Amino acid sequence: MHELSLIAGLFEILEEKARQHQAAKVLAVKLLVGRLSGAVPEFLVTAFDMYKKGTLAEEAELETVPVPLKVRCRSCGAEFEVEDFVFLCPSCGGPDLDILQGTELYVEKIDLEVD
Amino acid sequence: MKRKEIEVREDILSSNIQAAAELRKRFLDRGVLTVNLMSSPGAGKTTLLERLAERLSPRYRLAVIEGDIETERDAERIRAKGIPAWQIQTGGACHLEAKMIGRLFPELPAELDFLFIENVGNLVCPAAYDLGESLRCLLLSAPEGDDKPKKYPQAFRTAHCLVLSKADLLGLLPFDPEQAKKEALEVNPNLDVFLVSALSGAGLEGFIAYLLRFRQKLTGRHA
Repeated sequence: MHELSLIAGLFEILEEKARQHQAAKVLAVKLLVGRLSGAVPEFLVTAFDMYKKGTLAEEAELETVPVPLKVRCRSCGAEFEVEDFVFLCPSCGGPDLDILQGTELYVEKIDLEVD
Repeated sequence: MKRKEIEVREDILSSNIQAAAELRKRFLDRGVLTVNLMSSPGAGKTTLLERLAERLSPRYRLAVIEGDIETERDAERIRAKGIPAWQIQTGGACHLEAKMIGRLFPELPAELDFLFIENVGNLVCPAAYDLGESLRCLLLSAPEGDDKPKKYPQAFRTAHCLVLSKADLLGLLPFDPEQAKKEALEVNPNLDVFLVSALSGAGLEGFIAYLLRFRQKLTGRHA
């Protein structure tokens, strides 16, 4: 349960973006949550709703978008989704895999209220 | 008032990622191998550190940072071995973050070979936080069971090495070290795996040799 710490990091970004765009409020946040990010989307939303009280994002809703874990095999180039955390290429059995997506905890976009 | 949508594309861990990258550079500039020790509570991290302190301290300069929710107990155990140790009490937080290590950096001895950071006992949250380490070492103890790697994939995937600890209990438990290793290598085929008993000392020499090789490769320094 480190979702509250993660949300604290999110708020640093929200405050910075609001300042840059001279916005008084954050109205919505869209977050990409990778399968291997270690965070639970449901808990992120709970933590966000706790954290936002009295902040510039008080009225905002956090939308989380789950991102599947996708990898590419360095030996044969096959791309596949890892569902059961077995990091072996189903085509050639190779263990050298580059993670293409699925580790991220990315703020994709935010909606701001501006003058 | 109008609504404006802006693209961000920024990791919410970016401030930790940046702090960790700076720390890693500072440690390596000093020739220090920094090891982040992670495991569930009670897997034997502190006991392993006590053994490492005994074996390494005659020739190498060690320091330890202990992370716990409460108490100074682990740091006291390390200090009893003559090793400088700092205790971070997180006061409830389930993991250490790079900034906590950064705040201690000025207090660390200038001349140092190894810095061990014992993370808060937890196989979930610490995995998400880079502490500026160059070696991430995971412990899995025999009583925990050999089925853990796929239950905690981020911890196993991000580690460099795995110590299967409490090997002195093998035979008393249904834990199969070969099965644990197989499961762990499926999650992370690049893991270096060691079977160690900190109580009897079995397997310790191989793990220590690995730490020395890793440091030498990283810093180019032998002693």
